[in-house]
Amino acid sequence: MGGSILCAAQIVMMEQPIYALVDCNNFYASCERVFRPSLRDKPVIVLSNNDGCAIARSNEAKALGIAMGAPLHEIQDIVRQHNVAVFSSNYQLYGDMSARVMESLRHFCPDMEVYSIDEAFFRLDGFRDRDLTEFCSHIRQAVLQWTGIPISIGIAHTKTLAKVANHIAKKRTVTGVFEMLDPNLRTELLKKWPVEELWGVGRKWSVALRMLGIGTAWQFKNADIRMIRKRFSVVGERIARELQGISCLQLEEVKPKQQIICSRSFGQLQKKIEPIEEAVSNFAARGGEKLRSQKSVAQGIQVFVTTNRFRLQDAQYANSALITFPIPTSDTAQLVKAAKKGLQAIFQAGYNYKKAGIMLMDILPETQQQGHLFLPSALASDPRRAALMTAIDKTNAHMGKNTIFLAAQGTKLGWQPRSDQRSPRYTTQWTELLRVH
Amino acid sequence: MEQVLKSNRDESGRMQRPPNVLPGIIEILGRLCTSLPLYSCGVSAGFPSPADDHMECTLDLHKHVVQHPQATFFVRAAGDSMIGAGIFDGDILVVDRSLAPKHGNVVIALAEGHFTVKTLHINGVKQLKPENPNHAPIPILDNSDIEIWGVVSYVLHRLL
Repeated sequence: MGGSILCAAQIVMMEQPIYALVDCNNFYASCERVFRPSLRDKPVIVLSNNDGCAIARSNEAKALGIAMGAPLHEIQDIVRQHNVAVFSSNYQLYGDMSARVMESLRHFCPDMEVYSIDEAFFRLDGFRDRDLTEFCSHIRQAVLQWTGIPISIGIAHTKTLAKVANHIAKKRTVTGVFEMLDPNLRTELLKKWPVEELWGVGRKWSVALRMLGIGTAWQFKNADIRMIRKRFSVVGERIARELQGISCLQLEEVKPKQQIICSRSFGQLQKKIEPIEEAVSNFAARGGEKLRSQKSVAQGIQVFVTTNRFRLQDAQYANSALITFPIPTSDTAQLVKAAKKGLQAIFQAGYNYKKAGIMLMDILPETQQQGHLFLPSALASDPRRAALMTAIDKTNAHMGKNTIFLAAQGTKLGWQPRSDQRSPRYTTQWTELLRVH
Repeated sequence: MEQVLKSNRDESGRMQRPPNVLPGIIEILGRLCTSLPLYSCGVSAGFPSPADDHMECTLDLHKHVVQHPQATFFVRAAGDSMIGAGIFDGDILVVDRSLAPKHGNVVIALAEGHFTVKTLHINGVKQLKPENPNHAPIPILDNSDIEIWGVVSYVLHRLL
């Protein structure tokens, strides 16, 4: 694999790359606000469909002390007292809005990599001679006007530094854009940046680093690199080098949790469906492997294709389709089948396709799958489940009702149906369009 | 007139699903091309060339109507405040957020946080004007809480 480390003199002689991290502010809440503008500046939370825990919070909701992952029944009082708007996850809407934001970003910068449902990295090397802050402000304005989604942009020489810049852009600027290319400015900011908030540094590493006296990004950057390599693996070493301004971290080494994206730009433009079908099947299979390796399942898969926006002689087309699984899955056969089906629905002949990919959405641990035991299709297809249900029934009959019950079934508050607070699918269902008088 | 209009539409004002779209659990985004795929030919988006005159493709209504897919949303008209502009209850409006609103455009606006569809007047008396004498205009004053959400480029009215 690449990532050869250059010596300091070589770096000085080369021009450093310029990265921008673009991410959407409070993405799920922002999606809801596009169609419910009265919720701007109000506390909004989005609950996971599976277990009713808060997976997204607007800034106002965070300020009320609602923690990430808080179950609804624990925050009922805050919700009632402060009139917090509660939504079930509407990932058909979020997936569509994400596709709109990403396509809008592609208008401006060809070298773009989608990292998660609401984040993307740009390479701005080609724009080096422009006023980057002004350029990114323009991009931000355009995305906000076209899609209604506010974004923040951080500019720096490595992805890790761009993440820091992005955080500053979001929390400390009015413009939503922050450039951290100047080395003195960078030094000043890294000295105050806690290691916990560094991309790729989890809780375990933060604790270990602090025990070694490394509490800030600055200290991490200056630590003995061989020690870092030994204690924190090659990923830790790469983070340290990125802080020094050497770009060497692969996106796959720092995975987002809520989605898995597999995509690729084609070396040669593709006109036929067969090679693209093969590509998305491979992506779906790889996605399945990643899911299983982290013991997760996905509730949906989005397939997308796009032409090369910068080939002006080509007709342009981009589209995506989202397939929902009634039972969350990590089964390769199911994922591949869904990916192919989605591709067939959106593929249009007559275009030169540049890129295709899949995004697995709403990922959850495979242990959290209780609801599906009640789906008739599950019983019909799996004799073991039928046997399990029989055993449960027999035990309950013998030892008394509800000796065995599903945890989701028997809380004091009762079993809550999923998705009952989902907003309309404004952009993917004709029957759920926004109504205007 | 209203009776005639209503009888030409089913209760939910539902549009028919295009024949080449797969049913079931697939959510197709609004940008899907609805042409019947008799020919596979791409239409050049660059400068016109002599060859273009000889290229004939099945007409693609979606591409014709949706100029800017990322910024285009479909919304449903409710009520009769804009019948003078040919917008009737249940019609689908094509809203383009990338267009700069101009005087005389039909716009989707937010007035005090509520969505409304009206004609924008900014020359002379500034107001959001209905196209129905039974409805009152919404004045646009310095302290009004009014925002333009998008410009309506097309209205789709079903006759059957």
